[in-house]
Amino acid sequence: MSSIGTGYDLSSSTYSPDGRIFQVEYAFKAVDNSGTAIGIRARDGVVLAVEKLVQSKLLVPGSNKRIQSADSHVGVATAGLLADGRHLVTRIREEAQQYRDFYRSKIPGKVIAERAAGYVQAFTLYSSVRPFGISAILATVDRDGPQLYMVEPSGVYYGYKGTAIGKGKQVAKTELEKLKLGELSCREAVKEAARIIYTVHDDVKDKDFELELSWVCEESGGRHEFVPKDLAAEAERAAKASLEDEMDED
Amino acid sequence: MAVQFADGVIVGADSRTTTGSYIANRVTDKLTPIHDRIYCCRSGSAADTQALADIVHYYLQLYTVGEGEPPRVNTAANLFRELVYQNKDNLSASIIVAGWDKHDGPSVYTVTLAGSLHKQPFAIGGSGSTYIYGYCDATFKDGMTKEEAIEFTKNSVALAMSRDGSSGGVIRLAVITKDGVERIFTPGNALPRFWEG
Repeated sequence: MSSIGTGYDLSSSTYSPDGRIFQVEYAFKAVDNSGTAIGIRARDGVVLAVEKLVQSKLLVPGSNKRIQSADSHVGVATAGLLADGRHLVTRIREEAQQYRDFYRSKIPGKVIAERAAGYVQAFTLYSSVRPFGISAILATVDRDGPQLYMVEPSGVYYGYKGTAIGKGKQVAKTELEKLKLGELSCREAVKEAARIIYTVHDDVKDKDFELELSWVCEESGGRHEFVPKDLAAEAERAAKASLEDEMDED
Repeated sequence: MAVQFADGVIVGADSRTTTGSYIANRVTDKLTPIHDRIYCCRSGSAADTQALADIVHYYLQLYTVGEGEPPRVNTAANLFRELVYQNKDNLSASIIVAGWDKHDGPSVYTVTLAGSLHKQPFAIGGSGSTYIYGYCDATFKDGMTKEEAIEFTKNSVALAMSRDGSSGGVIRLAVITKDGVERIFTPGNALPRFWEG
C-alpha cells in the first residue's frame, strides 16, 4: 500500500498528488471484506440476496439483517459496516417519506438512488467525517417497472440488470452475466440468487452464514418483502443440491 | 369548469374579474397553464390564485428536470392541495386542476377552499357554478366525444354567465389531449342562448 506513510490518506478532504482520495478507497476495502450481496432485475420485479456471515453461534438466528425496507416498494441490501448500512437506510426512509408527503406518490427508483448517492457523496468531502463503509443495492418497482441501483462509498451510482458487492463479487458477477436477466421471472431469479450466494460462499475461510432473500414484484403486490418461507427454503435446497452436483463433477 | 372526455379534458371559464361591482377586466384569461398538458381554473382571490399557480408552476418545472419526464395531473393537484391546506387561514382560493398525462390519461381534480382534494369526471367552481349544478348533473355523460364535451362546457358556462352577475364577458376554452392544447374563443356576441324571459 503505497498510500500509507505519505500522509495523504489521513483525511478525505485532501487529495493525493495523483488525484486520489485514499480514505474513499479504504472505504471500498471495508465493503470488499463483507459477505456478498447481489441484486437481480428480473422481467417482473427485483430480487435481493445476501450472504450474511454469522459472527457468533450465540447470536439469535435472523438477527442483524442486512436487507432492509426503506419504503413499501424500496428494498436495500448493504455490504460493509453493518451500522453504516442502518444509518443510510434511515436516511433513505426520510427521503422516501419526504417525497411522499410532498407529491403524494411513491418515490421513483431513479430519484431515491440519486438522493441516497448524494448523501453518501457528502461524506467524502469533509475532514470531520469518514466516508460510508458500505455499498448499497437498491431494489424498487415503480411506474416504469422494476429497477436496480447500486451506490458506492464514493457516492457514484449506476442502474443495473444485475450487480454484486462484497467478498464474492467477482465470481457472482460472472455467474450473473451467464443469466438472461431480461427474460428471467422473479421466482427463477430467487433460485438463481440463492444458488449464486451458495456458490460464492467460502466455507473454508468463513464461518456459518444465513441466506437473506427478498423481492419487490407483482407476486408481492409491488411491495418489498422477504421471500415467502416455502419458496426461500426450496431455493436454498436447490442451491445446496446444485453445489453437491458440482462437487461430484470435480 | 373542467370536463373529462374520451381522450382528453376541456377546461373552460368566463372572463370577468371584479373589484366589488366594478368590472376590472372583462377579457380575463382564467385558464392558467401550469405545465405543458396541465391547466388550472382559478376562482377566489385573483392575487392568491395567481401566486399559487406561479408556485406550483415552479415546483413542476423543478420536478420535470429532476425526474426527466412531465408530472402527472395527480402530482400537480396534490401540490395545490398541500399549499392551500397549509395556508388556508391566509388564502381565498379554490382551484380546478385538469390535464392529460401518460400514466392516468385525462383527469380532473378540485381543490376546495379548505384544502381537500377530489378526483371527479367533471368539476365546476366559482360564483356562477351554484346556478348550473342541476344542468351539469343532468347533462354530463361519461366518455363524451370532443365535440360533445366542448358543447357541454360552453353551454354550462354560458348558463352560469347569464344568471350570475359576477360572471360574464367571453368564454375561453382549452382542449387538452395527448397531442397538445387547443384554445377556443367564443366572443360575447356569439354565446349559446337559452330562455331569457
